[in-house]
Amino acid sequence: MPDGPYVPGKFARRPALPMTDLSHIRNFSIIAHIDHGKSTLADRLIQYCGGLADRDMKEQVLDTMDIERERGITIKAQAVRLNYIADDGETYELNLMDTPGHVDFAYEVSRSLAACEGSLLVVDASQGVEAQTLANVYQAIDANHEIIPVLNKVDLPAAEPDRVRAQIEEVIGLDASDAVEISAKTGLNIKEVLEALVTRLPAPKGDPDAPLKALLVDSWYDSYLGVMTLVRVYDGTIKKGQRVRMMQTGAVHPIDRVGVFTPKLTEAKELGPGAIGFVTAAIKTVADCRVGDTLTDDRKPTAQALVGFKPSVPVVFSGLFPVDAADYEHLRDSLNKLRLNDASFSFEAESSAALGFGFRCGFLGLLHLEIIQERLEREFDLDLITTAPSVVYRVKMNSGETKELHNPSDMPDVVRIASIEEPWITATIFVPDDYLGPILSLCTDRRGEQVELTYVGSRAMVVYRLPLNEVVFDFYDRLKSISRGYASFDYQIDEYREGDLVRMSLLVNAEPVDALSMIVHASQAEPRGRALCGRLKDLIPRQLFKIPIQAAIGGKVIARETISAMRKDVTAKCYGGDISRKRKLLDKQKKGKKKMRQFGRVDIPQSAFIEALKMGDA
Amino acid sequence: MSTTGDDAFGLYVHWPFCLSKCPYCDFNSHVSGSVDHGQWRRAMVQELETMAPWVCSQNLVSIFFGGGTPSLMEPDTVAEILSAARQLWSVGPEVEITLEANPTSVEAGRFRGFRDAGVNRVSLGVQALDDDALKFLGRDHSASEAIAAVEIAHACFSRVSFDLIYARPGQTVTDWTRELRQALALAGEHLSLYQLTIEPGTAFHAIHQRGGFAIPDNDEGGALYEATGETLARAGLPAYEISNHARPGAECRHNLVYWRAQDYLGIGPGAHGRLTNTAGQCRALRTHRAPATWLERVERDGHAITEEAAIVPEERLTEVLMMGLRLREGVSRDRLRRETGWTVEALFDPTMLTDLIGAGYIDITDTVLRATPSGRQRLNAVLAALLEALQWPSDAAAE
Ligand SMILES: Nc1nc2c(ncn2[C@@H]2O[C@H](COP(=O)(O)OP(=O)(O)OP(=O)(O)O)[C@@H](O)[C@H]2O)c(=O)[nH]1
Ligand SMILES: C[S@@+](CC[C@H](N)C(=O)[O-])C[C@H]1O[C@@H](n2cnc3c(N)ncnc32)[C@H](O)[C@@H]1O
Ligand code: SF4
Ligand SMILES: [Mg+2]
Repeated sequence: MPDGPYVPGKFARRPALPMTDLSHIRNFSIIAHIDHGKSTLADRLIQYCGGLADRDMKEQVLDTMDIERERGITIKAQAVRLNYIADDGETYELNLMDTPGHVDFAYEVSRSLAACEGSLLVVDASQGVEAQTLANVYQAIDANHEIIPVLNKVDLPAAEPDRVRAQIEEVIGLDASDAVEISAKTGLNIKEVLEALVTRLPAPKGDPDAPLKALLVDSWYDSYLGVMTLVRVYDGTIKKGQRVRMMQTGAVHPIDRVGVFTPKLTEAKELGPGAIGFVTAAIKTVADCRVGDTLTDDRKPTAQALVGFKPSVPVVFSGLFPVDAADYEHLRDSLNKLRLNDASFSFEAESSAALGFGFRCGFLGLLHLEIIQERLEREFDLDLITTAPSVVYRVKMNSGETKELHNPSDMPDVVRIASIEEPWITATIFVPDDYLGPILSLCTDRRGEQVELTYVGSRAMVVYRLPLNEVVFDFYDRLKSISRGYASFDYQIDEYREGDLVRMSLLVNAEPVDALSMIVHASQAEPRGRALCGRLKDLIPRQLFKIPIQAAIGGKVIARETISAMRKDVTAKCYGGDISRKRKLLDKQKKGKKKMRQFGRVDIPQSAFIEALKMGDA
Repeated sequence: MSTTGDDAFGLYVHWPFCLSKCPYCDFNSHVSGSVDHGQWRRAMVQELETMAPWVCSQNLVSIFFGGGTPSLMEPDTVAEILSAARQLWSVGPEVEITLEANPTSVEAGRFRGFRDAGVNRVSLGVQALDDDALKFLGRDHSASEAIAAVEIAHACFSRVSFDLIYARPGQTVTDWTRELRQALALAGEHLSLYQLTIEPGTAFHAIHQRGGFAIPDNDEGGALYEATGETLARAGLPAYEISNHARPGAECRHNLVYWRAQDYLGIGPGAHGRLTNTAGQCRALRTHRAPATWLERVERDGHAITEEAAIVPEERLTEVLMMGLRLREGVSRDRLRRETGWTVEALFDPTMLTDLIGAGYIDITDTVLRATPSGRQRLNAVLAALLEALQWPSDAAAE
């Protein structure tokens, strides 16, 4: 190819692409459980179609964010247009969407599915159907997709394509007789996948002469081009200079550019029906683009907007505080910048007696939380304290009013509360039957209600209803450790239910530490309180006075520990020559105390908070 | 003239040379091939004569030759410095004249000479009574050599003390109490027992940092400390200071000068001084640390002072507390009132005082503020708490 090396986000110097005839377009998403090889398959498809020269190729080339590459996971869905010359001699335009596998990013999958007519369902032939396989394929079925099953990793000695084929039929109820056996790693049978796409997927429908109707699939901020939006065109065409109206917001923008990813950023003359590509306009922030909105021509608008999709809602909330109070403004700026690219998290200022000023942030799940936190620390050089994640509770007040509670420390006085509701989920767990017993007791322990238990060969599929707050507590870590990593897990939020929920406060030296208060089910309060007190006892260094640590509900102490006084702290020798130096040391020590959070007589070092707040095994 | 009066002052003479550098030691000590004793003798006397007029008091209670290794001095040097002192102040037989000595045979051979020069007390750096421990501490004497040196010291001086370093790696309470009993059998009226401290900049610091050895933590150290206190009290040498134990009346007069925050004049390289002027203001003095530079400066200027600073009243109060609470006797109410004009009760936040008293860390009587044994064992934290609770000086309360 004549153009320069592949740099994500940089324009390729290539003539603008012409429009393809509808019958020669195929749009598909690649969906699978985590790590089953979606991005690797995308690599092979890109390579086979000549989208990138070999020298530009690297593993999971579409995973461009540092954090994606380091963790080996896809976080952001990516669209790529490829040209494929099929066995019938015709050239087809293939629009591929690589999606993330992790449950936190299910929303990315649903948006991608909305832009396509079909899906490649990748199943790791050495692992079989897992929780996200099921969750994602059901989403694809709901989106009326034609689904092509693909059995990946057949190069592995442990691969059992026949067994997995049977499993797909049994568990999902999908005809897998034509499933393509591939190795995305070695490139085995990639052409067969491409042929299946061309022959088995339907071409998109649409009318190039009808008024423009395009779905706003995604938007993000590019440092060169500003706000970019990914669109799928259904009717009409979209081109440079056109005045386009966003139907939900009513905003009108003249289009600066249109184009596609090949995966290089490549300008196109226009995007017609069936096309997936980007447009840029003078849009200030990503927040001005509502994903799921319909784009239409301002002068010749369509009568009927597309159904779109509901915005994602944060389900896990956590406080982020700068370790150094002076970084507060920097944290705010950084959150604003990150939100340009990821509209799925939210934040608002909060303050804590223990941790100072920070932000209460909402996330799609624990991995999402972890990723945002890591990006803030890495890309913006911040040191953060993250408080224990919590879910959104609905507090029904005696007055009849309902309040959404994002932060345990905002809980109103109990006497004014009529009831508290918490979100429940439906969780699907796949687990080898050896580990079934302990997994079932874990679910029961965490207040789960069994819905279904079926066997697929030597694996069990368990469906449970569980309170989400138990899941954000430590469920996932426990699940993984109990099953030695073999269990897979997916969930969907389904309803709010009233629960016997209480706020447990933690008191250090009789003073409540707001950052450590949590809402728990009454039945779990005591063991959690004991565990947290025990943890803090080990984390807070011994001091001059003994320190009581208590967990309490209202005024009632439910667990307590005591940190005994330090046994010795004295300088062995101090003579004439030492006096000045030691006096200065005392002064310095007095200043050093400012870095600690004081609770009455007790200094709690920052590190103790950070440790105590580490999610999971409190 | 009383020896406890607040006009008491001490003279400190620093001899900066050692035969080798011990890995735990952060004193101003230097290993030097050759020392021109005549030149050093003249310089020491010179610096003493230059600084003597700055001392306002006449009440000299102690002279202390410290180091380094002052037992490497020629007895004549000690004699000349002492005779210079006698010219300046009245030095009666009640004045304590101590010399720090290393317990090797060479130095023990000089003990008689030191006695004849006027020294009436020695303090020996025995450090351990176990050869492996001595080796670990990098000492160039064996336990039996040290024991012999202590015996010679007893023969020459009526007042003998020696130092031991404990809380060594792996040392248990049982090991240590056994060593202590041995030490008590050998001891005279006074023992200094220091927990091994890893001082920044020493060889031990580097080794310890990279995990070369571990020393007892505060729990184990606490147990060792408690065992030390009990054993020594039972033997009739109770602790009068954190690390110092003596038969009543046999306390080291010189070190009491430091802990009582009295005045002292320091001569020799790196020596510190605290001198109060006629206006009652306290000044801190320090001489140049490097032996060669010190020598040069003294020959040129008559002294080698490199630092001289006024100690503001707040700093002085910190020093009075930091040093005085190390002593069993504590700090007198009179002293505190003299330093601040305030009573103990007004000086500190009363709730903190109540808490410290309640926890059994301090004790306030009609005459003194003092740390209890358990308070002394945690003195750094007690001090920090007191200083944090300090309400003086405050604009609101000061009239
Ligand atoms: N042996 C073998 N390994 C494969 C094959 N395909 C993918 N892998 C490996 O499986 C791992 C996961 O591959 P990815 O392509 O990142 O999987 P993914 O489905 O995109 O993962 P997420 O985006 O995190 O959901 C990588 O280590 C790949 O090298 C294959 O055909 N054979
Ligand atoms: C001025 S020093 C040494 C005097 C003399 N040169 C000697 O080595 O014996 C006085 C005492 O402080 C003690 N000491 C010195 N450094 C120490 C350390 N790092 N930890 C504990 N005690 C120490 C030793 O017991 C030493 O004898
Ligand atoms: S401990 Fe004594 S002998 Fe050893 S270096 Fe220090 S001053 Fe010199
Ligand atoms: Mg991927």
